[in-house]
Amino acid sequence: MASVDNSVVIEVENLRMRYGSVDVLDGVAFSVARGEVVTLLGPNGAGKTTTIEILEGFREPSAGKVSVFGSDPIDADEDWRARVGVVLQSWRDHARWSPRDLLLHLGRYYEPYSTPERQRPYDVEQLIDMVGMNDHADQRIRTLSGGQRRRLDVAVGIIGRPELLFLDEPTAGFDPQAKRDFHDVVHRLADLEDTTILLTTHDLDEAEKLADRILILAGGRIVADGTADQLAREITRETQVRWSRNGEHFVHAAADATRFVRELFTQHGEEIADLEVRRATLEDTYIAMVQQFESGQQSEDVARTFDGVAE
Amino acid sequence: MNPRIHAIKTGLARGWHEFKLGLRSPQDWGFYLFLALVTLGYLWLNRNSTIEGEGMTMSLPAFSMPSILGALIAFGLVIGPGYSLAMEREDGTLLRSKAVPRGMAGYVTGQVVIHSMGIVPTFIVILLPGMFLFDDLMQNGASGWLTVLWVTVLGLLAALPIGIILGSLVPGVQKMGTWGFFPIMALTAISGIFFPIQTLWGWLQTLAQVFPIYWLGLGMRSAFLPDSAAMLEIGGSWRTTQTVIVLALWAIAGFLLAPRVLRHMARRQSGSAVEEARQEAGQWVR
Repeated sequence: MASVDNSVVIEVENLRMRYGSVDVLDGVAFSVARGEVVTLLGPNGAGKTTTIEILEGFREPSAGKVSVFGSDPIDADEDWRARVGVVLQSWRDHARWSPRDLLLHLGRYYEPYSTPERQRPYDVEQLIDMVGMNDHADQRIRTLSGGQRRRLDVAVGIIGRPELLFLDEPTAGFDPQAKRDFHDVVHRLADLEDTTILLTTHDLDEAEKLADRILILAGGRIVADGTADQLAREITRETQVRWSRNGEHFVHAAADATRFVRELFTQHGEEIADLEVRRATLEDTYIAMVQQFESGQQSEDVARTFDGVAE
Repeated sequence: MNPRIHAIKTGLARGWHEFKLGLRSPQDWGFYLFLALVTLGYLWLNRNSTIEGEGMTMSLPAFSMPSILGALIAFGLVIGPGYSLAMEREDGTLLRSKAVPRGMAGYVTGQVVIHSMGIVPTFIVILLPGMFLFDDLMQNGASGWLTVLWVTVLGLLAALPIGIILGSLVPGVQKMGTWGFFPIMALTAISGIFFPIQTLWGWLQTLAQVFPIYWLGLGMRSAFLPDSAAMLEIGGSWRTTQTVIVLALWAIAGFLLAPRVLRHMARRQSGSAVEEARQEAGQWVR
């Protein structure tokens, strides 16, 4: 929603990643414009993490063209690095440090890259407040709870006031309050800081809340690309309508729910109660899409087997 | 603001901060005290042993104390960074550094600082009680301490890159024993630390003299012992020039090689590599 200009930040074409004889990524292509918040969805093992790591410059792809801020991430220089934020899953690193000291230290690396428009690094106090770590900022990192640790991970990822932020399953292990806080942080970064954000998640509700656009990765390819709304329309065209009449409950899947409900009222008027109109959720769409893809994959495999027999 | 110099300054502050954290850690003090106890215990038990040769007699503690200090420099600066790098590669510290601009330069600077600084408490816990336990430990006064200083600095420069290369190449922390600890212990055993090197076969003497440990021991003996004690050394001399040359050659070779090995290793770091190590560690615990 905050795409002020249309300059492209991430451009991926025909990206391939092969481990041994397995193609994890098999011709992935997509692009992300400046200021967009894009969510990458997909079943486990679909290659989400691999894709993100290639874009972060931490992994070299087998083939394909990858451009982030006009550079190939694997060969990008330190100026490039200063513009990109990465939220890593911490484990037991910097166990003796306190969150405040670690943020102050890591922030210092960004000082030479500060500009009048983009002051780097973030003010540490403000950042601690933003991610909700006030009570734990001086405690040893080793003694933080899993949730507090993830808050710190997020803070470390944005300490350099990045223009582009990568988040790989940022809210795994968050309680609902922490999740809400995190969503606020993402909205703030996207709206106030004009940060381009690419995140992966398994939480479809979260994807719907945060993302301007959703990409679904399955079988090594992008099988869907659009807003949550567009995806829903594309896959599940019917809306579920539930109601009751004289104590009896009804369910109907309507292509045009508005018209159906209007007719329902015309016909039965006051007798209608408990009306519920439910558009397909992203979850419905996602499950449908991945299933559709997987059955497609199977028929493709079958076709391939037949080809083999024919030869 | 030159970004590279800025990163190195940040790394210096990092090393200093980690050193201070170490001083506050009972675990680190436990290690230093253990080191002191073993060293001083060994010397105390052998306080009446002597070393004889070339018509002169010397007490074993007088010979071994400086030699052990020399060996500890090599030990600390090879095993220290080796363990740190192997460990911090797995736990994601390195990846964090890689994710910030010029973070690797800062990280490595921090490692250099913390492991170099580690020599100070090591020396203090051994030398301070040692002064009371054994008479006339330092026989050359101020000029002797000056020699201690330059031998330490040169030894540090020679050993540190080896530690960094070791930490970059070792497959994992569990392998540090076979890759780092045992080779160093074996080398120490043949480097004239606990007894004069001349008692060994000729080829072992030659082998030991290729590596820095022997020269660190020799340099330290030249600092603490009177000139007459040089009679007990190979060629009846402290061979100061050779000491400088051998240690400097190791330092130069190390400083040329270490950054390349380190860069190659750092390239392979990623979140999933850390995740893999974490899962493996999980299996280890069980």
